[in-house]
Amino acid sequence: MPTNTHQHRIKGCDIIIRGLHSPAVLSTIAILQRQNPSLTSLESPLSSSTPLIRAHDLGLNIGGRQLLRDITLELRPAEIVTVIGPNGAGKTTLLRLLLGLTKPTSGTIERRPALRLGYMPQRLQIDSSMPMTVSRFLQLGIDDVSAAAALDRVAAKHLANARLTDLSGGEMQRVLLARAAARKPQLLVLDEPTQGVDVGGQSEVYQLIAQLRDELQCGVLLVSHDLHLVMAATDRVLCLNQHICCHGHPEQVSKDPVYLEMFGDKLALYTHHHNHHHDLSGDVVDECCDHDHAHALTPAPSRPGVRTPGKRKNSGGRD
Amino acid sequence: MDWSQLLSSTFLWYALAAGLLVAVVSGPLGCFAVWRRMAYFGDTLAHSALLGVTLGFVLHIQPTLAVVASSCVLALLLVYFQRRQNLSVDTLLGILSHSMLALGIVTMSLLKINVDLLSLLLGDLLAVSSQDLALMAVAAVIIAALLWYLWPKLLAFTLHEELAAVEGVPVDKVRLALMLMLALLIAIAMKVVGVLLITALLIIPAATARRLSATPEQMAGFASLIGCVSVVVGLTMSVVWDSPAGPSIVLAASLFFLLGHVRTACA
Repeated sequence: MPTNTHQHRIKGCDIIIRGLHSPAVLSTIAILQRQNPSLTSLESPLSSSTPLIRAHDLGLNIGGRQLLRDITLELRPAEIVTVIGPNGAGKTTLLRLLLGLTKPTSGTIERRPALRLGYMPQRLQIDSSMPMTVSRFLQLGIDDVSAAAALDRVAAKHLANARLTDLSGGEMQRVLLARAAARKPQLLVLDEPTQGVDVGGQSEVYQLIAQLRDELQCGVLLVSHDLHLVMAATDRVLCLNQHICCHGHPEQVSKDPVYLEMFGDKLALYTHHHNHHHDLSGDVVDECCDHDHAHALTPAPSRPGVRTPGKRKNSGGRD
Repeated sequence: MDWSQLLSSTFLWYALAAGLLVAVVSGPLGCFAVWRRMAYFGDTLAHSALLGVTLGFVLHIQPTLAVVASSCVLALLLVYFQRRQNLSVDTLLGILSHSMLALGIVTMSLLKINVDLLSLLLGDLLAVSSQDLALMAVAAVIIAALLWYLWPKLLAFTLHEELAAVEGVPVDKVRLALMLMLALLIAIAMKVVGVLLITALLIIPAATARRLSATPEQMAGFASLIGCVSVVVGLTMSVVWDSPAGPSIVLAASLFFLLGHVRTACA
């Protein structure tokens, strides 16, 4: 139906020009693309600058407990975003919301139409009675995937014929990463990708992730505890504790008082209510967060980039 | 014993056909029960089948259909409760499983339904009628078709539900399909091994096949095969020694499991 195609395209582009990001437009484009898969040209005006996912004012309340609130964020192509936060901050919950596994109780999520997601779960718990090789696992549900190529990408070719249930923690993480990448995702979502990986292997995993970003030009969203390792490869850090406490470049965030309160000192953690913050000299400074945090009494002087009062306003991030 | 007379009697062939039908489909389904650790779940569904039989009598519905219906309802209820309750699944199933069995037996007795309780609990393979056989064949074909059609999705769902969901597998529908297949199997396996032993027929051949297989498909195939051999051996035991057919089949399956175990231990 050539005439129809033409109309769709004109209609689609027209809409794109007038109002790029409204949900109605995005869903219209999705419908047009579904009706006529040949309309790949519709993707191009969206491709480079449009966010992959845009979340506005997300909140999740389960059984009266507010797990997340006021989450507004955008994930863009070829950008690595790292979510950090204390235990119970809602990091995994946020990923679940963005992946569409849990529905938010408030707010909206807009996904780019036909967004291809690659997901690497925290762990894969399989019953030891499941006989499955790594190659088979990589090919399951994905058409035309060379398991060898997928494994080669994560430097784990030797695992092709290994049993999935025999893998070590680090090997399993590599295989899961290989599977997520094999789908050629536009957005790669990783939940603590270095869990169960020894210290030596951890930086390797992050290098792999950066490499995949360069190769696939995909957006990356990852939850991590070890900011000192992700730093080099991360474009943006979100510091989460039920809400986004601070965000921005890793260097900026690492100097942010809120971040220092949460991660500044690995020892002497305790929780109390506070509405102010002490700088290094002991003076009370204004506080941007007014809720409970588990935090250290004083930021450790040994941490990189200890905050100086004048630099504080940098924490807003680059957007 | 007059073998030629025995072999020409239809009831034996009906029994064999019914046993083989159930064994073939319970192989792959049993694998999922093992992989997903659903043994207790299968038990609960099976025990509730008794209540289904009662309802069938009260409402004048064909017993097999009544059991299918009641198992489906219970499966849906279980899914619902698992999401809502804070009790562990194990505890929930433990409560439901035995409450259902008790409820089934008590209602039967109160309503003075005249059935042979023992044949419901332990199966009555040698009494399979041609009508039963036809129903079983239909159910088995439905299960086999669903398994064939959903196989990759079922595997992805079993490996990691959330990963499968992100990758576009309709996990809720797949879960529902698995439950319905189990409900159907229970309805037809009741005649073969009875409600108390259905789980054995699911789990034991699959567990035995585990040692022989390198892929999920092999495991499913071997489980079916081991189930079929168990049916033949069990039925023969039953004919030769006049032992009850259902328990004989389960015993044969257990023997194969034990043999496999000993063989691996010695090797």
